[in-house]
Amino acid sequence: MGGFTFNITDIAAMMNAKDLVTKKLVQLIKENPKVCYINSDGTGQKGAVRDLYNQYPDRVLDVGIAEMNLVTVAAGLARKGYIPFGQTFGPFLCVRALDQIHNDLAYNDLPVRLIGTHGGLSSGYGPTHNTIVEFGVMNAIPNMTMIAPSDGEQCAKMLEASLSWHGPIYIRIPRGEEPAVYNADYEYVIGKAITVKEGNDVTIIATGTGVYNSLRAALLLQEEGLSVGVIDMHTIKPIDRDAILQAARKTGTLVSVEDHNILGGLGSIIADVLVEAGVPARLKKIGINDEFISFGYPEEIYPYYGFDGPGIAKTVRAFCG
Amino acid sequence: MTKIRLETVPELIEKAGEIRKYLCRCARYAGNVHLAGPLSATDVAVALYYKYLQFDPADLENPERNMFVLSKGHNGVLLYCMFCDMGLHPWDELYENYNKIGHSFGAHPNRKYVHGVEVSTGSLGHGLSWCIGFAHANRNEGINSRIYCLLGDGELEEGSNWEAIMYAASHNLSNIVAIVDNNQCSASFMAGENIKWNSMADCWRAFGWDVREIDGANMYEIDRTLANLPPVNLKNPGKPVCIIANTIKGQGVSFMMERPYAWHICGLDDEKLAETEALIDLYTAEQKKRA
Repeated sequence: MGGFTFNITDIAAMMNAKDLVTKKLVQLIKENPKVCYINSDGTGQKGAVRDLYNQYPDRVLDVGIAEMNLVTVAAGLARKGYIPFGQTFGPFLCVRALDQIHNDLAYNDLPVRLIGTHGGLSSGYGPTHNTIVEFGVMNAIPNMTMIAPSDGEQCAKMLEASLSWHGPIYIRIPRGEEPAVYNADYEYVIGKAITVKEGNDVTIIATGTGVYNSLRAALLLQEEGLSVGVIDMHTIKPIDRDAILQAARKTGTLVSVEDHNILGGLGSIIADVLVEAGVPARLKKIGINDEFISFGYPEEIYPYYGFDGPGIAKTVRAFCG
Repeated sequence: MTKIRLETVPELIEKAGEIRKYLCRCARYAGNVHLAGPLSATDVAVALYYKYLQFDPADLENPERNMFVLSKGHNGVLLYCMFCDMGLHPWDELYENYNKIGHSFGAHPNRKYVHGVEVSTGSLGHGLSWCIGFAHANRNEGINSRIYCLLGDGELEEGSNWEAIMYAASHNLSNIVAIVDNNQCSASFMAGENIKWNSMADCWRAFGWDVREIDGANMYEIDRTLANLPPVNLKNPGKPVCIIANTIKGQGVSFMMERPYAWHICGLDDEKLAETEALIDLYTAEQKKRA
């Protein structure tokens, strides 16, 4: 863990996770004849995915607006030895098609990779198009792996790593352009958290887009003399218990950051780990406070709910004060 | 050793009679099994497993095998009876340890516990989507075997079926054969009593399927229909085929056919078992006279 640089926040390159995921998948489909891709009316009129849809009619599919079918078709392909990636709007995968995820992916234990886009509050289209439940839901399903990459490049690394991972994976990515967290190469391992900044007073354990904003908060607080560590908990399940316990022993004060309901999410999972291990630590959970969020675009919604750098800094400051 | 490949219709009828009796013995020795539904699906299942699937217990993962998906997963006991009959699993395990902790024969079939089961099912409305995945995989590899899916008429009330029905026809997945065990009864209602079909066949046709409606209790008709399916042509595929097999829940046991919902899940005592076995023998003898 640690040992590489993270971006100076003001000049972080913006990355579109969805575009990078698509680019990586196009590469995987071309390179690996066992990789399949299934979309739900997301193939597009033209572009690389449409070209592959035309080129590989039995390996690059679009089921139309039918997410339940998407999940089980992917399971069928996996049962025949393929590695299917299924991608569509997160809420319609993890809520609408949950029966299929539970039974056909997890219970049948097949290596399907679902990519739920518009994760967290990133859609900008209100509660029907946001997802604040998948960490808790996937955590409670046996055999599932749940991943929320922190930036676009990490998505690409994670997709590569997923090829050899046993069992089904749910991958949550945001909708639009997000800043890059990392500007140096590093080894990505599913289930192994990354310490992106060391700190002695408090440790923020963040996931997804929360990692970048937690770094910004840490830099703001550093100017005030507070030493804040930041951990990128990109894998929600299986959770990296060692990373959590090590941070708890080091700083004794933890803050979780997730654009997810604080009930059942990353913060709850961290609390489980601490209590079961009997390691005492203070914990503040930053997330959605068990409510359906307001309408509004992500650039306004994230600051409104205190998920931007200054918002996270404010909460951490108050908790440590 | 039981013959696992049967050719003639009288042989298949005889086998269906045996399987029906095994099902009733499960209700006696294991108790609380789904009985009336498996009884109505028995003829189609026997025709598939003992003839048309070319099912080979010694080569279950051959990529070129014909596949069978039990979408009405609560009929798992029907698969178990056929597998035990074929020597794939011991009878004791079924009669003594059905749905018991740590044993393989659960109330719904699990592919990891029971060799021969293609996919674990139980939640309704999933089977056809599994078949679509299999159909694409086969077509991608030039494998021209068939994928059969057994569904219930009650199950078709699940919306997810219609996502799959629409898709399979849109993409000419003619290597799929859907068979509806149209047994006219769900757990609570007789057909048309609650949810109403104007015409089940017309619904499938409107979605682009090649529909054949048959007497699903007449082995001669089942055999003829399965024998005359259009050949799987991957280069120039046609429509997927739907066989609506009209049956009566509890088929083969007259008192169950009269009040099928009462025998959806049940057990039998010794006296009732003797009565059902005698009725099944009579029924089987009658079936052989049909043509």
